[in-house]
Amino acid sequence: MDVTDLVARAQTSNDTVPKLLLRNRAQWGDRAAIRHKDLGIWQSWTWREVHDEIRSLALGLRKLGFERGEAVAIVGSNRPRLYWTFAAVQSLGGIPVPVYQDSVAEEMKYVLEHAEVTFAVVEDQEQVDKILSISDELPKLRHIIYDEARGLKGYDHTRLHDYSQVQELGEAERKANVGADQWWLDEIAKGKGSDVSVMLYTSGTTGRPKGVMLTHDNVVKSGQNANTFDRFTPDDTMLAYLPMAWVGDHIFTYGQAYAGGLCVACPESPETAMEDRREIGPTYFFAPPRVFENMLTQISVRMEDAGTVKKKIYSYFMGVANRTGEKLMNGENVGFKDRLLYRLGDFFVYGPLRNRMGFSNLRLAYTAGEAIGPELFRFYRSLGMNLKQLYGQTEASVFITLQPDGEVSPETVGKPGPEVEIKIAPNGEVLFRSPGVFHKYYKNDEATSATKTPDGWVHTGDAGFIDNRGHLRIIDRAKDVGRLTDGSMFSPKYLENRIKFFPEVKEAVAFGNGRDFVTMFVNIDLTSVGSWAERNMVSYASYQDLAGHLQVVDMIRKRVDELNKALSQEAMVAKSQIKRFLILHKELDADDGELTRTQKVRRSFIEDRYAPLIKALYDGSPDADISVEVVFEDGRKGKIEGHMKIVDMTIYPVAQAAVKEAAE
Amino acid sequence: MNAPLSQGSAMAEADTRAAKIGDVLLKVENVSLSFGGVKAIRDVSFDIRKGEVRAIIGPNGAGKTSMLNVINGFYHPQQGVITFKGERRSEMRPYVAASQGIARTFQNVALFKGMSTLDNIMTGRTLKMKRGLLSQALRIGPALNEELEHRLAVEKIIDFLEINHIRKTPVGKLPYGLQKRVELGRALATEPELLLLDEPMAGMNLEEKQDMSRFILTVNDAFGTTIALIEHDMGVVMDLSDRVVVLDYGQKIADGTPDVVQKDQKVIDAYLGVAH
Repeated sequence: MDVTDLVARAQTSNDTVPKLLLRNRAQWGDRAAIRHKDLGIWQSWTWREVHDEIRSLALGLRKLGFERGEAVAIVGSNRPRLYWTFAAVQSLGGIPVPVYQDSVAEEMKYVLEHAEVTFAVVEDQEQVDKILSISDELPKLRHIIYDEARGLKGYDHTRLHDYSQVQELGEAERKANVGADQWWLDEIAKGKGSDVSVMLYTSGTTGRPKGVMLTHDNVVKSGQNANTFDRFTPDDTMLAYLPMAWVGDHIFTYGQAYAGGLCVACPESPETAMEDRREIGPTYFFAPPRVFENMLTQISVRMEDAGTVKKKIYSYFMGVANRTGEKLMNGENVGFKDRLLYRLGDFFVYGPLRNRMGFSNLRLAYTAGEAIGPELFRFYRSLGMNLKQLYGQTEASVFITLQPDGEVSPETVGKPGPEVEIKIAPNGEVLFRSPGVFHKYYKNDEATSATKTPDGWVHTGDAGFIDNRGHLRIIDRAKDVGRLTDGSMFSPKYLENRIKFFPEVKEAVAFGNGRDFVTMFVNIDLTSVGSWAERNMVSYASYQDLAGHLQVVDMIRKRVDELNKALSQEAMVAKSQIKRFLILHKELDADDGELTRTQKVRRSFIEDRYAPLIKALYDGSPDADISVEVVFEDGRKGKIEGHMKIVDMTIYPVAQAAVKEAAE
Repeated sequence: MNAPLSQGSAMAEADTRAAKIGDVLLKVENVSLSFGGVKAIRDVSFDIRKGEVRAIIGPNGAGKTSMLNVINGFYHPQQGVITFKGERRSEMRPYVAASQGIARTFQNVALFKGMSTLDNIMTGRTLKMKRGLLSQALRIGPALNEELEHRLAVEKIIDFLEINHIRKTPVGKLPYGLQKRVELGRALATEPELLLLDEPMAGMNLEEKQDMSRFILTVNDAFGTTIALIEHDMGVVMDLSDRVVVLDYGQKIADGTPDVVQKDQKVIDAYLGVAH
C-alpha cells in the first residue's frame, strides 16, 4: 500500500468528530481532555474518561428512544457534560443544536420548533422551566435532560431526566447486553464526513434566525487547518467561556480540541471566568475587542491609584515596550540596549501584568468581530502577547482570513487561511470558498441560494479589499458602501473608524455618496483634548469654545492629514481622502436623536438636521453658521448656535504601488 | 435495543405543601417583653410547625424583631414560655439556641466585613468543629480532615447560593444584595432546623428578590428546613409563606394562611391606619 493510500485511509477514518474521539482515546488516553472547576476545585477528565462518559450517555439516550437523524437542543453555560452531549448525539447520527442560554422562551421556541428538536439537554432549573413553559407548543419534543438537579426534586419526572440517570441507563444496558459497546462503535462507523454534524442558529439582526448546517467535514477540516496554521498541540489549553451556540466556541473548543487533542477548561460559572483564567493560564485565548478594552481600562485605573514610584516604573517600561515590544515579537532587529531593557521590563512589569490577566502561559490570542483600536492592539502585543486578528463567520465554520505570525497589524484581518480562496466582487463585497463552507440553511433554500453560489462561493455581506501585502481589509457592510461620482468606492464607516482611532476624535460623520469628493464632521474628545488644553494653558468655557479654538482646529487638521496620507497608499480608498472638514459645535447625542442608544451614527437624520453645514462643505464657503434645537439633560429644550470654520485639506496623489495593485 | 424505555420513576403528583408540614417545632405561649416602661411584646402566643414557612408581619415597631430575638434567646421575656422541640424554657443564651439548631440572619447585615465570603460562611461551622484549638491552629491529623470536611460543606453552600465568583472577596466590598446572600449562607452552614430571617429582601431590587425567594423556597423544599421570616414586601410574604402571624403594638392581631390574613379587617386597619 503506498503512502497516498495510507493518507487517504487515515483521512476517512477520522472524518467525523466521534471517530476523532476514538482516535484521541487510543492516542492520548491518559491526557487531560477537559477540566471543570466544581466546588472550588479543578476536576479533570482524560480522553479515556471522556470516551466512557460519552458512551454511557449515548447508550442512555438510545434507551430513551433516540433515533438517527433526530435533533437535540443543548442549552446552558460551558460545562463538560454539555460538551459531551454533542459527541454522544453525533455518535448516534443525531444533530446537536446549541441554543443561546440567555434567549427568552419565545426565541427558544422558534429555534426548537424550527429545528424539530426531539430531546433537550439543559444545564439547570432555569432552562427546564423555560422549556416546560413552551413544551405545549413543541409536540415533537419528547425528553428533557438536566445537568444540575437543584430545585427540580418536586417536578414531574415522566419525561424529565437527570443526566447521570440517563448515563446509568446506558451503563445498565452495557451490563445486560454484551453487544452494546460494539453496537455503539458500529453506529460511529456509520457516520460520514458529509453528514450534518451541528446546526447553529445565527442571531440575524433582521428577520428570523437562520439555522446554519455544518457537516463533520466542515468542523473537522476547519479544526485541523486552524491547528496546523498556528501549530497547536495536545499541550495547548484554552478556556471555554463564550456561548456554546456561537460558531467560534464550537470550532475552537470543540472542533479544534477534538481534531488536535487540545485541553479545554470550563469555568466554575460565567461570572468567575476571569478568575478561573488566572488559575488555568490558557495558552490560547479568544475574545472580542471589548474584552481586551475592559482589561486595559482596569489596569489603567489601578495604575492611577498606585504610588509614585510604581507609576514611574510602569510608565518608563511601557515606553520601552512601545518602542521595542512589537519589533521583538515580529523578529525584527533590535539594539542590544533595548533588548536588555525589555528583558528588565519583562521581569518588573510585563510579566506581572500578564500574570494579573491570566496570560502567563499564553502563546496566542485572537480577536475578531469588530475593529480594534491600534493603541489597544499594540498595548497587548508590546507586552509580549501574540494577539492577532482573524475574520470569519458561521457560514465559513469561522475561518476566512487569519494573520500569520510576523504579519500582524491592527488594520487588516489577515491572509486567507489554509485552503481558503477569497475574491472581491465588483461591488466590493468579499466572497470566499473553503472546506468550511456550510452545507445549507435549514429549511430555507431561498436564503441558501442567495448566499451560496452553485460553485461554492459564499457572499459575506461585508465590503473589503485586498491590500498590497495580500491582506484582507474589511471596511463596511456591503449594503452601506456608496460611490463617489467618479465611480470609486466610498465607505463612510471605514473613514470614521480610521479617524476615531486618534484619541482626539470622539465621533465623526463622513459624506460623499453620490458627490464629487469626501467631507467630514468631527467631534473632538473632550477628555483627551481637554487634558491637552490643561497642560498647554489653553482656557476654555465649554465644548463649543474648545471645539472652535484655532489650535484645536489645527490639531485635528494634522490628524486628518495623517489619515489622508495613509489613505493615499490604499488603492481602493485613495479617492476617499477627506477634502474638507469642520469640527461640530456640539457633541452628537442620542438624546437629540443623532446617535442610536448603542452610540451608532444616524446618518440620514444628521444629513437632514445639518443640511446647511453640508451645503457649505460642498459649495466652497470658508465657514458656516447653524442653529439647532437641543434637549438638555433635564428635559428642557434650547437652541445652540454655532459658527464653524471649514478646513480645506491637501489631497495626496494615489501612491504608485497602490495604482499598480488596482490595475491588477 | 429499540423499545424506548418506559420511565418507572415518574414522581407522583408533587407533594402538596400540607403534606410536608409536620408537628409543632416551636411554641410561643403568652410571651411578654418590656424594656423599662415600653411593652414591646404583650401576651403573644403562636406556634411554628416543622417544615413550614412562617411569616411574622406587622407595621414598624410592632415587635417583630423583638419576637425573633426572644426565639433565639437574645432577649429574655418577663413572662411566658417557649417550647422548642418539646423542651420548655423561659430563658436561654443565643449560643445554646444555635447549638440546638436555630440560626438567623439580621435586619442590618452582621458579617465580618474584613473577612472573605468563604471565611464568613466557615464561621457558621464553628459549632460543628470538634477538634481542639491547638490541633486546628497547627492543622495536624484529624483537624486537617475536619477542615476539609467543613470546607466541602461550605463549598456546597457557595455553589447553592451561586456566589462562587465572590468566594475570596472581602465581604465589606460586596453590594448589599450579595451580603444578604452571604449572611444566609452563614446561617445555612450551621445546618439549622429552624431558620430565622429578619427582612431577607430589604433593600433589594426585583431580580435580587426573585433570587432570594428561590433560595428560601429551595432550602425549605430540599433540606426540609423550617423557616420563620419577617418581611415587609407583602407580595413576597403571600407567595412564600404557609402561615402568617400579624403583630401590631406588640399584640397578635391575626394568625392564619395568607388568604385569611389578607382579608382580616384588623390587619387592614393596622396597615392603613385607623383611629384607635
